[in-house]
Amino acid sequence: MRVTVRLFARLRDLAGAGELIRDVPAPATAQAVWSALTAEWPALREYEKTMSVAVNAEYSRMTASVEDGDEVAFLPPVSGG
Amino acid sequence: MAVPQVAVTAEPLEIEPLIALVGATGDGAVVTFAGLVRDHNQGRRVRFLEYEAYEPLAVRALERIVDEVKARWPAARVAAHHRIGRLEIGDASIVIAAASAHRADAFAACRYTIERVKQIVPVWKREHFDGGDVWLEGATADPDDDAAREKAYRIACA
Repeated sequence: MRVTVRLFARLRDLAGAGELIRDVPAPATAQAVWSALTAEWPALREYEKTMSVAVNAEYSRMTASVEDGDEVAFLPPVSGG
Repeated sequence: MAVPQVAVTAEPLEIEPLIALVGATGDGAVVTFAGLVRDHNQGRRVRFLEYEAYEPLAVRALERIVDEVKARWPAARVAAHHRIGRLEIGDASIVIAAASAHRADAFAACRYTIERVKQIVPVWKREHFDGGDVWLEGATADPDDDAAREKAYRIACA
């Protein structure tokens, strides 16, 4: 199945792209999508303990299941305001 | 066009429409906050900031904060607009207006809102300073973190 991955701020810089399409075996979790990314860009692992995850633009958990066509976003610590 | 209660926009921010939006006849207080781009940070001379957002989630997070305010201070109303894109020194990156019958609730609702923005709204700023640039990173965003929510509440009511 195919998911859209969104990366922001320094995560985007580390991967060199803010939006990626990735194929992951079903059934999948957000964690499985993340593992696919860190296999490609090990430097992303720096964020494993501090980032947040969103599925279809709602805050979620790494254990959440993801479906074909979902958008999975990985968010470094926020700095708005 | 009607002024939205929450927004993420690349346009310059204005506080007056937010005041008009939240204010009601008979209110005793409106408190406003504008966050501005500072010319220095952690000993560095800042040239400008670049803000980015995960826009649909940022809007939802702002709506969530508005709902939290409503639950904590039922008599208060709050509105908040966040700007993204390149901002120069002195530009407003966020404006918040909170209205209520009495000043204590208006101050608290306004302060709570900015504290929660910094905790859970997916916005990031890249600081361009003399000699380089760096993504600033604050809080790990988790809207269900009760401790973070309580901390914002304590600060708001200090």
